[in-house]
Amino acid sequence: MINNKRNFSLNVFERASICRHFENEVYKRIVKKEIEFPVYLSAGQEYAPATIAEIVSKKQIKPLIFGQHRGHSIYLSFGGDINKLIKELKGKKDGCTYGMGGSLSIHSMKINMYGHDGFMGSNACIGTGACFSSKKPTIIFIGDAALEEDYVLASLSWVSKKKLPILFVVDDNNYAVLTKKDERRDWEAKELAKAFKMQSFDMMDDPMKISKYLKKSLFKQPTLVNIHTQRIFWHAGAGKDKENVFDRYLQQKKLLGRKADLLDEKIKKRMKLLWEKN
Amino acid sequence: MGKELRQTIKTITSHHLKKNKSQVFGQNLTGVGWVAGTLPKLFEKDGVIELPMADVAGGGIVTGSALMGKRPIYIIRYQGYNWFNCIFIVNYACKSNAIWKIPCPMMIRGISSEGSIGPVAGSAHISTIYKMPGLKIFSPMTNKEYSNVYKNFMKSKDVFYISEHRSSYSNTKEFKNDLTGNKDIILMPISVTRFAAEKAKLILEKKGFSVGIIHLVNLKPFLIKSEWIKAIKKSKFGVLMTDNDYVDGVLRILAHQINEKTNKPVSVLGLDDKTAGHHKKVDNLPPNELKIAERVKIIIKKK
Ligand SMILES: Cc1ncc(C[n+]2csc(CCOP(=O)(O)OP(=O)(O)O)c2C)c(N)n1
Ligand SMILES: [Mg+2]
Repeated sequence: MINNKRNFSLNVFERASICRHFENEVYKRIVKKEIEFPVYLSAGQEYAPATIAEIVSKKQIKPLIFGQHRGHSIYLSFGGDINKLIKELKGKKDGCTYGMGGSLSIHSMKINMYGHDGFMGSNACIGTGACFSSKKPTIIFIGDAALEEDYVLASLSWVSKKKLPILFVVDDNNYAVLTKKDERRDWEAKELAKAFKMQSFDMMDDPMKISKYLKKSLFKQPTLVNIHTQRIFWHAGAGKDKENVFDRYLQQKKLLGRKADLLDEKIKKRMKLLWEKN
Repeated sequence: MGKELRQTIKTITSHHLKKNKSQVFGQNLTGVGWVAGTLPKLFEKDGVIELPMADVAGGGIVTGSALMGKRPIYIIRYQGYNWFNCIFIVNYACKSNAIWKIPCPMMIRGISSEGSIGPVAGSAHISTIYKMPGLKIFSPMTNKEYSNVYKNFMKSKDVFYISEHRSSYSNTKEFKNDLTGNKDIILMPISVTRFAAEKAKLILEKKGFSVGIIHLVNLKPFLIKSEWIKAIKKSKFGVLMTDNDYVDGVLRILAHQINEKTNKPVSVLGLDDKTAGHHKKVDNLPPNELKIAERVKIIIKKK
């Protein structure tokens, strides 16, 4: 039992560590102005996609994935090609999106991840239609602000009506750029989904919690999970709004001990090399 | 009596649903006239999908279906709703192949109509979306034209917008261009104004004018054929274009291209630049045959 838990946590940590070191490498290159288009770093928010990717992988399900602009961790957690993402951020033709995707519109057919156009929340409608017509299990990642878009609300309603096998993951970092949730609305995602008669959960980005709630009912009915995360860097670009925000990745690293340290060190080195090589 | 256009659209739709296992999306499709008799009496199990009254999301849902290779048909019952319905289509479906190399083909049936229908629902609204890359726009008014557009859609990876007109559904005839001899002026009508332009041509010919006509079906991409250029260059007074969209839109975009290629004056006659009310007295209608004939006379007199 404990061992099983340990494997799961370590696997999730591995995915998260890949995301974190990837983002740290990107950060350096934004500072050096090697990357000049807007980049949406996902450091601090890795644990939602990393955990869900581990759950679906264990279940041997390959869902359709519709992410939003902050998509590096989604791409990497689900096994998107790291070299190709590096190339993409360098604007190369053999990048994952042929040099067209920048940071915001990345995609990968290897992992069934469809690209984002830049209209926040468009992925909710498009993912809904894709699931409706293909009947394939689908994950739609969306920000806490994009959830407020009228067309996202309409999508939730229809997903519930049609009982589609969709998991909405609200990546709730509490921010729309710099506007906090309590300045924008007085309702919670979980209550909203409930009103639409959808199964819904609200939780921190603790992998054991995410796993506990999602494992059994995944893709069996329309579900929304609001996961609270902490953005470490600016909304876009390289910089910090605050020092000392809670860091799930560091917390898990400490919790998992030496095995995690070794794994993390290896990943860090590998990521540095990959960025130099591509 | 020949076959009406509504029957052709209905047959194409049945075939598309059965043979290609496709889907037709739209609001209020089933019942109440079945989209003016253009939709077969089928339901969700057959692929006719009632969308909720969420116009923006609806266009996104159809985009998702298209992304899965379903080649859906999307019915927009009044083109005025393009403002909502086409947001994700022109920004995602139309760009998908260029950015992600994933084609997202769908066929949109945008229906235009006018007459006592108020400030938002009437007329054609192609101009709203015309400029967007990755979009193809057609306005077939006859059986043959419609079948050809559908055939091309099935061979294409693009988003096709079919600008229909309610008044054309009972049409049984085909149109022919007339470029013979030397013309005083050449009419280039679009959509429902093609019926009026044919009548205006007869009126003017009776008065002794020599009037040519080029029926426009393929609006985007807009290809100006060499025989058109030749005939327009030979004409005395150039071209009069007509449409049931506002005058400051597609009409002027196309007129400019024709003018560039021929160096001849190109006049335009569409909906006036004003908001329509509901009563007949305050409506904003496309030019009828009398208005077209009148404009031709003014153009010729001016010279
Ligand atoms: C339709 C639309 N409106 C506004 C914007 C501008 N915009 C870009 S990101 C963003 C904030 C999105 O917040 P959220 O969905 O919570 O995602 P986060 O950035 O926090 O990950 C906004 C408002 C946009 N891109 N698209
Ligand atoms: Mg946010």
